[in-house]
Amino acid sequence: MGASWGGLNAYTTILSALPVGFPAAILLVQHQHASAENRLPWLLARYCQLPVIAPEDKEEIQPGCVYVAPPGYHMLVEEDETLALSAGRPVHFSRPSVDELFLSAGAVYGKQLAGVILTGANEDGAKGIDYIHRRGGFTIAQSPVSAEAPAMPEAAIKTGAVSRVLDLEAIGTFLAEQVAG
Amino acid sequence: MAEPYPIDDDEVNVEDIEIRLLMEAIYQMYGYDFRSYSKASIRRRVMHRMTMSGFASIMEMTDKVLRDRPFFVTLLNDLTVNVTEMYRDPEFYRAFREEVVPVLKTFPFIKIWHAGCSTGEEIYSMAILLEEEGLYDRAMIYATDIDKNVLASAKKGIYSIEAVKQYGDNYRRAGGRHSLSDYFTARYDSVIMEQRLKRNIVFADHDLATDQVFGEMHVILCRNVLIYFDRALQARVIRLFSDSLDMGGYLCLGTKESLRFSGQEETFDVINTPLRIFRKRQFPHNA
Repeated sequence: MGASWGGLNAYTTILSALPVGFPAAILLVQHQHASAENRLPWLLARYCQLPVIAPEDKEEIQPGCVYVAPPGYHMLVEEDETLALSAGRPVHFSRPSVDELFLSAGAVYGKQLAGVILTGANEDGAKGIDYIHRRGGFTIAQSPVSAEAPAMPEAAIKTGAVSRVLDLEAIGTFLAEQVAG
Repeated sequence: MAEPYPIDDDEVNVEDIEIRLLMEAIYQMYGYDFRSYSKASIRRRVMHRMTMSGFASIMEMTDKVLRDRPFFVTLLNDLTVNVTEMYRDPEFYRAFREEVVPVLKTFPFIKIWHAGCSTGEEIYSMAILLEEEGLYDRAMIYATDIDKNVLASAKKGIYSIEAVKQYGDNYRRAGGRHSLSDYFTARYDSVIMEQRLKRNIVFADHDLATDQVFGEMHVILCRNVLIYFDRALQARVIRLFSDSLDMGGYLCLGTKESLRFSGQEETFDVINTPLRIFRKRQFPHNA
């Protein structure tokens, strides 16, 4: 999942809808300043029944856990299902970048992946959504009208690669039903 | 932007093979060894260069790499991620001042190895810190990197004035005692670091993937380098560091880098958990 402006509210809404025993791992990117103290995992954990993790480099991805990309680092998925962090150049002025996460996860997970693009004020994630779609994965965009900043979901929808456009409240329910069910 | 065709697992597999062949080509032709680097990270950077330079396939790019050295240098610059700044993670430098410097003050001579120094911003940060602590005259900093091109610019110590303006804030948060501008001379739109800061720095190329121990160190800094390696290479490098450190010597890693997956947690005591400062044990615990 990827979000920028307005992401905190979007993430708390979605994560609070996921039940204990949710069988998939969740990897999420929220654009934030590199200097920001990393309080996001702590904040999200208050709204979420699943463990929320601030990963170290090469941490193993466990099902049923939520991994939050640290500020100042891109978060990538390795072939052996560990997380690789990178302090490479920002993408769309962002590090972490949604595209970096989506492109690397798409290569590894193919059909077993769902990409969710949420509220945000730039085009990060559109390229990644397109790639996930071409790899046979499922793609969801938050409906631009329900987004605090519509540019990010709009850019993703414009690629023609989004399978479902849903309001914020519906995304969590949809994931809980489709992934768990 | 969007290409319509699907990409199946076979296609991804072919790309993986092509990337391995490209890394092998680079190793055999130029001697740089990226074969044990993080695959996800290398894949992103190879794909980025392919798009930027407009190649149709990785094989086509490999052909260019083998025959065109200037193009190889461009790709090398992508692969080595030379993103750095002065006093990157200021809290680390503050902790180094408060927790490591008092011990270093008891040593007659201090040898520091900065592995993966890139364009040198963090080398000069350390030289200034040691100068302010009255330690620089008995210190020697060994600054190494895999990439000779970045070492050359590290040695020059010339940075853009725009960038340096932003480092002033880092310097203060790192516990700097004066003004960062005391340590460089500005000219037009760049600054050059003071010559006196270079007096105890030795620059040398060193590849953590293939080269060996070259001296007994009191401090090793290697921050945000290991994240680009796979787990096996990370373990090799941590062993190399442990072999290069004096008993009681300090190892400083990047804030997301861990000894957890290296199998060598037992060799080190943790001095500062969030800022990843470790100390080689005087008497290693034997099983």
